Amino acid sequence: MSRFTIPLVLFALLVVVLAIGIKQSPDKDLIPSPLIGKAAPEFSLPNLIDPGQRVSSATLRGHWYLFNVWGTWCGSCRMEHSMLLKIKQSGVIPLVGLDWKDDDGDALSFLKKEGDPYQTIAVDHDGSEAIMWGVYGAPETFLVNPQGIVVYKFIGPITEQAWEQQILPRLPMGQMPAAAARS
Amino acid sequence: MIPELGQFALILAMLLAALQAFFGIVGPALKRERWMAAVTPAVSGQVVMMATAMGCLVASFVANDFSVAYVAENSNSALPLFYRVAAVWGSHSGSLILWIFLLGCWSVAAAVGTQRLPKPFASRVIGVLGLISFGFLLYTLATSNPFLRLDPPWPDGEDLNPILQDPGLAGHPPILYTGYVGLAVAFAFAGAAMLEGRLDRDWARWTRPWTTAAWAFLTCGIALGSWWAYYTLGWGGFWFWDPVENASFMPWLMATALIHSLAVTEKRGLFKSWTLLLAVLAFSLSLVGTFLVRSGVLVSVHSFAASPTRGTFILAFLIVMIGSALALYAWRAPLLKSEAGFELTARESFLLFNNILLVTACATVFAGTMAPLISSALGLGKLSVGPPYFNPTFLLSILPLLALLSVGIHARWKRGNLSDRARPIVLTLIAAAVVGCAVVFGLFTGGRVLSPVGVALGVWIILSSLVDPIDRLRRHITIPRAVLGMTLAHIGLGIFVISITSVEAFTAERDVALAQGQTAQLGAYEFRFEGIRPIQGPNYSGVGGTVIVTRHGSPVAVMYPEKREYWVQHTVTTASSIRMYYTTNILIALGQDLGDGRWSLRLQIRPLVTFIWLAALVMAAGGMLAISDRRYRLARAAAPELSAVVPAITRSEAG
Repeated sequence: MSRFTIPLVLFALLVVVLAIGIKQSPDKDLIPSPLIGKAAPEFSLPNLIDPGQRVSSATLRGHWYLFNVWGTWCGSCRMEHSMLLKIKQSGVIPLVGLDWKDDDGDALSFLKKEGDPYQTIAVDHDGSEAIMWGVYGAPETFLVNPQGIVVYKFIGPITEQAWEQQILPRLPMGQMPAAAARS
Repeated sequence: MIPELGQFALILAMLLAALQAFFGIVGPALKRERWMAAVTPAVSGQVVMMATAMGCLVASFVANDFSVAYVAENSNSALPLFYRVAAVWGSHSGSLILWIFLLGCWSVAAAVGTQRLPKPFASRVIGVLGLISFGFLLYTLATSNPFLRLDPPWPDGEDLNPILQDPGLAGHPPILYTGYVGLAVAFAFAGAAMLEGRLDRDWARWTRPWTTAAWAFLTCGIALGSWWAYYTLGWGGFWFWDPVENASFMPWLMATALIHSLAVTEKRGLFKSWTLLLAVLAFSLSLVGTFLVRSGVLVSVHSFAASPTRGTFILAFLIVMIGSALALYAWRAPLLKSEAGFELTARESFLLFNNILLVTACATVFAGTMAPLISSALGLGKLSVGPPYFNPTFLLSILPLLALLSVGIHARWKRGNLSDRARPIVLTLIAAAVVGCAVVFGLFTGGRVLSPVGVALGVWIILSSLVDPIDRLRRHITIPRAVLGMTLAHIGLGIFVISITSVEAFTAERDVALAQGQTAQLGAYEFRFEGIRPIQGPNYSGVGGTVIVTRHGSPVAVMYPEKREYWVQHTVTTASSIRMYYTTNILIALGQDLGDGRWSLRLQIRPLVTFIWLAALVMAAGGMLAISDRRYRLARAAAPELSAVVPAITRSEAG
């Protein structure tokens, strides 16, 4: 082997290291939140629709729900809205909204005009609840199981594809009608 | 319509690049004159199509077309027009378009520049460039198409990453990419030489201006990036040994080595295979850098949307491009013969040491950058190395380099006798040592052990670089621009060494908590906090502080550090306030609200820090000055002389 082949050999070694690097690099979509597998934050927040009531994590125990962080100021959330309405229609799982850093009046008139996909909506005026959930941009959606454990987090507007391929497969078969009946 | 047009232009550009590569490489191999003649139209068409694609992407951003996914993800209707245009290269896909467009521009420039060179050689150069364009276009269309549509379109975009909303973004990537991509030309020259199996001193002369131009752009681009990080990230640092920074620094080190080794190859016909290898490695490192940054295998503060699919594709591309170039090298390099020998203390040996030290420096940076990957590949977990590794190891090879520069610059080609040059060497060294110690122990107090060494080395480089030009002036000999450029670049290096030593040794920093009306002292300056007011930008709101800075009671500046919250992404960024005063930078960053009207503030005084970037500009200017030397223009004008070489080349091909 002549000394002129040394660079080629070193490069081959580098390729091996890089290939292993690719194989080991985590698929960032799969672990988007440290909350996954852990208990969702406990909360008790004002109710947007019925100011006399509160939305609390305790009452949500016992069934699956999607915790959706949104705001009328957020363009992608408006885009996601029609998909949320479809999810409500399917009756598979109830949606719990967190109206994030929003004006109550704006939110109510938006829901009146475009339709309300949510079972209940909690209000987070100063964004402190969103911090507990580790939200860094709306919309974000958390799938929470009956034990109050976060099973999955989806970042960005939910698409038809995300709904069918990411969220639905994570729900247990037998649970679906029960959730539908309650919502 | 416009995005579809852009996509169509991209596909056409890819096909034209394929033709450019095919005719450029196969044409000379089969000695088909007309195939070689097709190279120029192909490359012109390719760059026109790339300009169209680029224009379409810009138009989509300007028109706020949020049906285009890339626009929706990186822009917003509230974003000012200037940043909407700069947002084109604010993320992965668009920056690739910019990359390929610039490569097209270099290719056309190379096609024009090599017109007078032997036809088979010129056509091979453009052919290799076409191969690179083709690979990147295929990659873009397959994994990172910026023209993909959204259905339904978003009502508004997600806004550009706030850190990127800065004038620095507009300039930094285009200039840096111009440098990266320019190294492709040197790579193509090397590729063409290896395909021909022939490399002579003319080859080095043709390659030199391209390499120097790419190097100058790379220098400016890195400096601009460092300056941008300095004032937008608000940490007060200018270099973090971050993988992305290293990805640009490693090709720079290689290109610097290449410039020096090309000089030896041109003047003396030596180091041929080594020069060839450097030309291949400089561009290969910018490709590897691209891979590291965009594949997601390394985590960096410069987050590019990364994905393993993209990584796999680039890796395949690396194997094809770099692998075949190195294989070609292993086959062809043994044929190259050095034309002469040289003595131990001749200029050649100093340049050899220069190359060894620069390559060693590059290798240590490479090892540090790759450490997390290598350790995890060996199953040792993620090992990450930072400045505690990079700073000392880098200095270990760079300090001797700086010292050797001041001696070697006096050495002559071929002959080793340095004794008649002993006087300027010793005199400049003594002067530099005196200045170094005076500055460190006289003007400032404190500092570290290395500070007098650093200042003295910087001063020594500047003085040594001036010896030869001043000598020529005194003897009324005209100084060629190449020498003038070299002198300027070395002076830039000297300024750089001095300023970086000064910043490292004499930066004063203090974190304070101040209420309105309170004063803090740092160095010779007093800082009086005048309170907080709300601020309102086009797409952000936040708070701004007012700080009055005085020096011994007399006013210096009123500074306004800010904290901005960008609406769409809800990102808080710190906009530090930086002022230059008596060559000193004063930096104030606004921290947290501590309650009771008190705010935390970070105060910094950094002497000479601005000179770091000015020095880089001086180096780049030196490079540009050197390119304008008559010699390179003569190289093109001397067509008849060169045509005499053609038969020799065809003969070597036949053989």
